[in-house]
Amino acid sequence: MTTTATERRPAFQSLLGQTRQVSFWAEHAAPIGLVGLVIVFSILSPSFLTFGNIRAMLVAAAILVILAVAQAFVITTGGIDLSISATMTVGAVGFGVAWGAGLGFWLSAVVAIGSALVIGIINGLLIAKGKVTDFIVTLGTLSVATGLALIVSDGKPISVNSPDLLRLTSGSIGIFGYPILLAAVIGVIAWFVMFRTRFGLHVQAVGGSEESAVANGVSAVKVRIAVYLISAGLAGVAALLLVARVGAAEPAINTSYLLNAIAAVVLGGVSLTGGKAKIVGPIIGALLLTALTNGLTLLGVSQFYQPLAVGLVVVLAALLTRFQKK
Amino acid sequence: MTDTTTAPASRATDPGVLLSASDIKKSFGGVHALKGASITLRRGEITALIGDNGAGKSTLVRCLSGIHPPDSGTITLDGDVVHFGTPNQAQKHGIETVQQNLALVEELAVWQNFFLGRELTRGFGPFRVLNRKLMKSTAQNLITDLAVNVPPVTSKVRRLSGGQRQALAIARAAGWGGKLVIMDEPTAALGVQETEKVEQTIRTLRDAGVSVLLISHNFDQVMRLSDHVWVMRAGLAVAGRRTAETSGEELVALITGAKDA
Repeated sequence: MTTTATERRPAFQSLLGQTRQVSFWAEHAAPIGLVGLVIVFSILSPSFLTFGNIRAMLVAAAILVILAVAQAFVITTGGIDLSISATMTVGAVGFGVAWGAGLGFWLSAVVAIGSALVIGIINGLLIAKGKVTDFIVTLGTLSVATGLALIVSDGKPISVNSPDLLRLTSGSIGIFGYPILLAAVIGVIAWFVMFRTRFGLHVQAVGGSEESAVANGVSAVKVRIAVYLISAGLAGVAALLLVARVGAAEPAINTSYLLNAIAAVVLGGVSLTGGKAKIVGPIIGALLLTALTNGLTLLGVSQFYQPLAVGLVVVLAALLTRFQKK
Repeated sequence: MTDTTTAPASRATDPGVLLSASDIKKSFGGVHALKGASITLRRGEITALIGDNGAGKSTLVRCLSGIHPPDSGTITLDGDVVHFGTPNQAQKHGIETVQQNLALVEELAVWQNFFLGRELTRGFGPFRVLNRKLMKSTAQNLITDLAVNVPPVTSKVRRLSGGQRQALAIARAAGWGGKLVIMDEPTAALGVQETEKVEQTIRTLRDAGVSVLLISHNFDQVMRLSDHVWVMRAGLAVAGRRTAETSGEELVALITGAKDA
């Protein structure tokens, strides 16, 4: 009895000691924030932790999870993809046009991802080969992609009545709807690619120190092109979920997805300067932002307050990451 | 003293010579950095390259490591004439360079830096995954063989001291079975104790049979460490001496030009 008590105490004390350091909170901002939000909302709203609401939240989180994982690859190299949500819109409109032309679900999905990849390769080439600042390039393609989506669709939503899409958005295994399962599979693959493959190591190396990576034979140009392609390709996959959710391919701007994707990555503890790779963190960040919006809606807080709340959380998280251990 | 600046053609047949560079010229625009420098490096020796700033040391080293291909002149390695257009080509011939900035990625672990660009993988095709276990153990063994103050291979380079980083960079260069490791001022930024440890690492490397070309500004270090010294002045290798047969005063005189070779 006494021995276990004395053995346990140092471990407990060291955990307690850790919680006194700001860096502990900074390292785990996203999971702590998520748990905190869940506790607060489940106290304030009895329907928050119900089966139906959790299921709805997870489905709603799927698009953001995929975009956050996509953005995490770009941000790990020290870049940023501002065009990610516009690329998703292009993918959605691409799907709608292909569907309207009678191509069927699978071919339309290929068109969606393919048209998104076109934006990705333009980003990649301009940034990696053209040496233009990522911020400027993707700001430009954000506008170009939005414009293209409007032109191609003539500014009108293209309704899509695909039984496959309906199954994608409404099917589920237990509490997990197909969208979040798809996002989870993408998350697992992304984690594996980032931390278990040569390419992932090179992504981290280029973000950490491009000069050193290149001196060791890593092709920074190829890595940069690849991360923008990954980002765009995943935006294309997210486009399928978006079309499935809305039931139509809308040429909407979807700015909130862009901001929330970046916010999720920052919440996940990824430094915008690059080199520090995280996949689980951004995913938890995406879940947190979704829980935040969902909880506020349940509490009857006006929609107008939601961007405000998201903004506060993100700025707070960014402030916290300053205290992360180097 | 024998004249060591004679044409290296006669030395090419000497089996003790690992590398000879003869009549190397290199200009950058109108600046003639190298005006026909010739040096030889012997197998299993530490050769020091000294000279004032702008004497052409770094340019010569960059020619040997493939960063700057020379405008003219020949480099002979193991009796064969070689041409390096890129550092990769030099590496394929067994010439590794420890760069002055060390080329380490701080956010990555020691083993990741050790294998960066030459990772070991298992599996095939697109399903190749990093062989982390093998890389960690290999890096640990190679660094332990060489360095005195070994950091754990899983620690991030950010947490390493300057001397440990230098040791890692040297171990990485040596770990690829190189015949020649080139180091540009390896102890320039280090304190006394760390310098001592890095010098020990360089000796260990030499004793393992690897040739070392060392650029240094520190005469004491050159006298302590090297077997042979080449003195550069104004784009030429003006003199070569066995370290045991020269003195700091003579080297200073050769560098400044107060004494002719």
